[in-house]
Amino acid sequence: MIRALIAAAGLILLWQAFVMLTGLPNFLLPSPLRVAQALAARWDSLVANALVTGSEMLLGLVLGAMLGGAMALVLMAWRGGRRWLLPLLLISQAIPVFAIAPLLTLWLGFGMGSKVAMATMIIFFPVATAFYDGLRRTETGLLDLAQTMGASRAAVLWRLRVPAALPALASGLRVAAAVAPIGAIVGEWVGASAGLGYMMLHANGRSQTDVMFAALFVLVLMALALWFATDFLLRRAMPWQADSLLATETSR
Amino acid sequence: MPAKGTVSALSKPAPGFRIVLPQGLALGPWPVLGPLDLTIAGGRCTALLGPSGSGKSTLLRLVAGLLDEPDSVAAEDGAPLAGRIAFMAQQDLLAPWRDVLGNVVLGAHLRGERPDRDRARALLTEAGLGAAEWQKYPAQLSGGMRQRVALARTLMEDRPVVLMDEPFSAVDAPTRHRLQALAARLLAGRTVLLVTHDPLEALRLADRILVLRGTPAVPVEHPVPAGTAPRPARDAALLAAQAALLDQLAEAVA
Repeated sequence: MIRALIAAAGLILLWQAFVMLTGLPNFLLPSPLRVAQALAARWDSLVANALVTGSEMLLGLVLGAMLGGAMALVLMAWRGGRRWLLPLLLISQAIPVFAIAPLLTLWLGFGMGSKVAMATMIIFFPVATAFYDGLRRTETGLLDLAQTMGASRAAVLWRLRVPAALPALASGLRVAAAVAPIGAIVGEWVGASAGLGYMMLHANGRSQTDVMFAALFVLVLMALALWFATDFLLRRAMPWQADSLLATETSR
Repeated sequence: MPAKGTVSALSKPAPGFRIVLPQGLALGPWPVLGPLDLTIAGGRCTALLGPSGSGKSTLLRLVAGLLDEPDSVAAEDGAPLAGRIAFMAQQDLLAPWRDVLGNVVLGAHLRGERPDRDRARALLTEAGLGAAEWQKYPAQLSGGMRQRVALARTLMEDRPVVLMDEPFSAVDAPTRHRLQALAARLLAGRTVLLVTHDPLEALRLADRILVLRGTPAVPVEHPVPAGTAPRPARDAALLAAQAALLDQLAEAVA
């Protein structure tokens, strides 16, 4: 943690030195100091817009995780589903979200709906694939054991496959938490009335590069917070899962 | 014979069963087991030895009903064998998301029954796991302790027939020695089919020893030393028998 802060501080100093030495104009690359000033001056509107973007991210994460989880369960439990839904799942990812962003804005409007839909689409896929993979990889010995114990198909799915796949689902959710900001921001770039993406687009049009950087800074903080919160909650939810990396790092 | 009043004791006498494979058994294009007609005595421990890949585990899976060959195995009392079998594998197969107690009652959980936790606690105690371990997760246990939990779970199912597939091969030698004695005590009176590649384990625990030889494999009888299981490992006759059995296993490989 401290090392990360030192590295960040070093980079900021380098950046400040670079701007001061080259004398780049503010609209090309503002100095960290200018960004900090913009951050302070526009704090109120930054917070207001960050709340909008944050809600879009969170809603997209919740909806995408639910849909992705449900999709994985359907694929697992319903044999025909694999044949029908798996190609659909792949096609849905072959379409770049950037390409359909204008369509979503057209259909769902300039408000939060289109951004939540965009985030949901981006989040849905890593969750669905990771969870489906986990569901398929239940240890065969455990399945044999369940059969000799007289477990029904439903019990094997809900009480064996699903809990055994939770670590895989967690990996999917971590990826989802990392990509959630992309969906929300892309949506706001295409057309919005509020949000950090909207604010950046607006500032870009007026060559207020320092405001763009300030918004970007807030966005990065939010994305980091979302990832760490997700990671923390997932760890808390699965205390039984051995983390060999953590074990070796703390034993030192 | 089990002591009266212990939780692991069996309520009814355990049935024997007969395995009949007139054409042998093939997994896909590969013949694994030759034609065989084998009767496993009720209430006794039968050990099945053989080199790796000789079909030991296949035979065990056949009896467990995992191979979809329903007519090849029949219990002596005429009732179906399904639902009367407990299975203990080489890997402990503990569910990592359930604590020790939760793993012991896994069978009831999977069948949607109300688990008898008092019995589970008593069985864990008999298997040598005190209350301090009951809330731990499998990842927090040593290999030997995990096998103890697996043994308690096998006994929790309270099935007259117990199939064991190299149950103690993954633990160190002293732990294996202790677990063998424990298993012999707790499984007494049940029909046990024990697959192992450890001659000493078979000689210590079994009332009858079969060696799988050839491809496709057929079982060959091997004499068992005198005395009741668990036989002491330092016994000279047992050690001599181990050498003879090792020789026979080596021949089976060649």
